[in-house]
Amino acid sequence: MLRLEGISLGFDGFTLVADLEVPRGTRLAVLGASGSGKTTLLSVVAGFLAPDHGRILMDGVDVTEAPVPARPLSVLFQEGNLFPHLSAFDNVALGLRPDLRLDEETRSRVEEALSQVGLAAVSGRRPGALSGGQRSRVALARLLLRNKPLALLDEPFAALDPGLRAEMMTLLAELCDATGLTLVMVSHDLRDAERLCDALILMQDGHIVTRGTMADLTANPPDALMPWR
Amino acid sequence: MARRAVPISLSTGAGGAVAALVLAVIALPLGAVLLRADASSGLGPADWAAVRFTIWQALLSAALSVGLAIPVARALARRDFPGRRALIALMGAPFILPVIVAVLGLLAVFGRQGGISAALRLFGLPELEIYGWQGVVLAHVFFNLPLAVRLILQGWLAIPAERFRLAATLGFSARDIARHIERPMLRNVAPGAFLVIFLISTTSFAVALTLGGGPRATTVELAIYQAFLFEFDLGRAALLGLVQVGICVVAGALVIGVARPNLAAGTGLDQPVRRWDAQTSGARVFDGVMIAAAAAFLLLPLLAVVLRGAGAIPGLPPGVWMAALRSVLLSLATAVLAVGLALPMAILIARGRARGLLEVIGALSIAVSPLVIGTGLFLILRPVISPTAAALPITGLVNALAALPFVLRALVPGIEQAEAGYGRLALSLGLSGRQYLRHVLLPRLRRPLGLGAGLAAALAMGDLGVITLFAAPQQGTLPLEMYRLMGAYRTDDAAGAALLLLLLSLGVFWVFDRGGRLNAAT
Repeated sequence: MLRLEGISLGFDGFTLVADLEVPRGTRLAVLGASGSGKTTLLSVVAGFLAPDHGRILMDGVDVTEAPVPARPLSVLFQEGNLFPHLSAFDNVALGLRPDLRLDEETRSRVEEALSQVGLAAVSGRRPGALSGGQRSRVALARLLLRNKPLALLDEPFAALDPGLRAEMMTLLAELCDATGLTLVMVSHDLRDAERLCDALILMQDGHIVTRGTMADLTANPPDALMPWR
Repeated sequence: MARRAVPISLSTGAGGAVAALVLAVIALPLGAVLLRADASSGLGPADWAAVRFTIWQALLSAALSVGLAIPVARALARRDFPGRRALIALMGAPFILPVIVAVLGLLAVFGRQGGISAALRLFGLPELEIYGWQGVVLAHVFFNLPLAVRLILQGWLAIPAERFRLAATLGFSARDIARHIERPMLRNVAPGAFLVIFLISTTSFAVALTLGGGPRATTVELAIYQAFLFEFDLGRAALLGLVQVGICVVAGALVIGVARPNLAAGTGLDQPVRRWDAQTSGARVFDGVMIAAAAAFLLLPLLAVVLRGAGAIPGLPPGVWMAALRSVLLSLATAVLAVGLALPMAILIARGRARGLLEVIGALSIAVSPLVIGTGLFLILRPVISPTAAALPITGLVNALAALPFVLRALVPGIEQAEAGYGRLALSLGLSGRQYLRHVLLPRLRRPLGLGAGLAAALAMGDLGVITLFAAPQQGTLPLEMYRLMGAYRTDDAAGAALLLLLLSLGVFWVFDRGGRLNAAT
């Protein structure tokens, strides 16, 4: 699904170097300390940052030069996923029609997506009137509706309390199982990663220092992963 | 909210006393104006025309400033180029630029003898007419476009970067971005900027004095001045003063009610936003034109002042140098007075004691314009001493009051920060009174004190307001002397005086501001 070949990007004394393959349906956790390059890696995949060298392939197609909207992916950020002046319904609908000219079919698809995340009853509320967990669900509903094969998650639930975060991870795992979504999730919490993901890479100073399946890494944790346990 | 545990002996009494003094110095002249106002005959047709013109030109100035600022701010928000930071810094310069200097620069560019009229003549087109309402509005846009740009730029850069990234992943077009990201921000920021500029433009006296006048371009403040100086009709001047207060109070209430923009906007403006919708060549050209036009609009008048004045400075008559000396002394005294008034009040405000009341007192000089306070002081002093004899002290006092809101705005956050960081430590060490001021507050207030003193000094240096009511011919300040030279068509001397005034205004600001930054504790 996603392949990074010889990617490198340098700025402000920092260099990201990455070679990576993420098969379709994989749920990959990107673990690392602050400044290790997790978000930079995600930004390169999304197209927010252009690599100095290397290629990005999605389903075998080279998208290295492709503009952000042309890439088959959705992104959830840590903050700012919703537009505060729009209702939950409109925020989800933006995923299909940015101009919000909605026909009946689109409306019913939006309603269905909101129902899937349990928010049908509050679809008319603006983000300011929703709880943190509900806001995350709205963003998830839009991600579902867009139906892109790859989802990039940049610690979208970091601001939630542990209980809510666990709840969101479970919901996301169910949605991934149902849709076959490929997922790359940045995190600095190994427990979150274990709860949701089946593969993991650990980043340090812009490099991938550990990689493997979650089952292998949990059974035989390498030294680099020990501080995270 | 719980009050902070900080040494309370310091300045609590001093702050209250200063606030009472400020209130008295504004309220007593206002009372004198109220008592002297001759309401028997009401406002005449010319007075109503002045009221209408004041409001109309302020509305137009605010609309043009904000309307033009939006594309300029957007271009600055999403483009990075060499000189971007310098241009944004330049946008702060009109605040300390003497009005009369800017007017001379605008005349040099947009006047009949200016470059644009010369170009129009080449094509057989009529020359520009800068005197009248159009000149007043042009000057107001010159002064307020940069303020509007900075306020709106602040709004643009406050939009989280994720929102533009999200827009890019969702495939937003430029129209979608305008609808879902930019317009909601502008709905928050633009009304505040509009009302602040409207308020500033209603109280602008020197611009109307130099470029306006006549039945179609007289503001209320100019009408006060004319009633005062030409007709010596104190009753009518006082009545117009009340009208002016009414206009300012309404405008000020709207500013506070609708929005409280950050007038100290300027920090954090150095990083442009990455925009995926702005990569088209059309957008690049449009932004480039906007930035170049704004830079030219601001720089050309200043450049004209420098070019015309450089050769004239050595030949300036002795009267101009004496006026310059008076202005320097006046600006230094004003800076000391403004900081001396602001510091105890700011300490009290930062500690949350009667904060609302103190903030209102500190901002009163925005609602009661310097010319109205000057009129009231004239009425009070006239039976006692010759107001002319007290021209410079009164000018310094009124200028210090005019600068007070800005100095307070500079000081209060610094004091809050210092007390939050070191208040408890000082308390545990038993530091209070002078020791607390010396070891805790002042070392941490060097920057805001320097900035506040610099603003007050520069505002006083360039002021052409209350001094016009009081000064005898031999005791004018440099702006007044320059105005007289312009009136006498001594253009070379006026150009030299303008450059001298520009250098002195920027110089006093730089000395104070730089002095505050040197070895400042954080």
